[in-house]
Amino acid sequence: MTDQTVWGNQLYDHLVEYGVSLFAYVPDAGHKVMIQRSLDDPSVASVPLTTEEEGVAMAAGAYLCGGKSVLLMQSSGVGNCINMLSLIAFARFPFVTFVSMRGEFGEQNPWQIAMGQAVRPSLESIGTLCLSVEQAEDVIPTADAALGMAYKSQCGVAVLLSQKLLGAKAF
Amino acid sequence: MANTGANTGTDTGSNLRMHRSDVVPQLVGDNRDFLIIAGLAGTAKDIEGLELGADNAFVLGGAMGAAVSTGIGLAVMQPDRQVLVATGDGELLMNIGALATVVASGVERFSILCVDNERYGETGNQITHTSMGTDLAAVARGFGIKNVLTVTAEDEIPAANAMLRRADGPNFVHLKVNDGPPTRPPGRSWDAVERKLAFRKALLGHS
Repeated sequence: MTDQTVWGNQLYDHLVEYGVSLFAYVPDAGHKVMIQRSLDDPSVASVPLTTEEEGVAMAAGAYLCGGKSVLLMQSSGVGNCINMLSLIAFARFPFVTFVSMRGEFGEQNPWQIAMGQAVRPSLESIGTLCLSVEQAEDVIPTADAALGMAYKSQCGVAVLLSQKLLGAKAF
Repeated sequence: MANTGANTGTDTGSNLRMHRSDVVPQLVGDNRDFLIIAGLAGTAKDIEGLELGADNAFVLGGAMGAAVSTGIGLAVMQPDRQVLVATGDGELLMNIGALATVVASGVERFSILCVDNERYGETGNQITHTSMGTDLAAVARGFGIKNVLTVTAEDEIPAANAMLRRADGPNFVHLKVNDGPPTRPPGRSWDAVERKLAFRKALLGHS
């Protein structure tokens, strides 16, 4: 497990510097630092969602009006997003989501395994590209790659933050 | 005995109401007063019927449940523009939690026009939950939407027209209509990339 207070803060600063001004989220421990930073930052909008797919559509709306956004969610939320991601794929909206993974490296809650393992194939099947991060030093370069692919190549990109990076919760 | 509304198909009284094609144009008024998101199916046709291919409107043809959330994205980025989301009862019910997110997001120049025909018009006019006891205006109030108005008769249209323009929202106009089909606009474009580029170009001056 790495120190989220280090890479989480660096990632937040990097996203804001790139021009991200909307952080839509469903809370998760893996996004704790970024969520708190966005809530404390009067220069951005920080919007809690009732379900993850709201954030997909919100990203499309923000882009229509010239804004950049990210969706922060846990891997279980990916399953909720699949049909909404058709909007991203068909209209070629730039879309970046950071997914804190469960159900993979060292998972001890059996309920998390099925969706965790389905994240990548599900996202890829609806046309969302996946980039995985397992080490703290790869967080910023991967975020940078995702932003470039989304906003320059008009893609939907998911950055999957592995449990190798986040640590597996003990049950 | 089960809820009669759920079992009798068309016998809910809704056919005594106004037809959407008569009332939506009056209620919206000048469509150029807004940045518009239209949900799929009936409201997509309603909005295209006001001005075909208008570049201040992004009209969905799928992604059911997207309209309100997409509108929030607009309003967050353009707080000085009035945002109008046109959505049907079926579309709204599919992502009803988005009403809570409207409130949580703090957007104010934000109006929802819910055209409630109590039917899934696109799939054979099957009845929706709003014909079985669900009151979407009460739902909107419960979620914390500030200004809410239900419209069932012609003399309520001017107040609704004004509410859609209120800057101290969010606003929710709940328009009850009969189950007649929307008027199909001729030659609608289904190319979402084209609509996206046109919307951005008109608003931002570049695509």
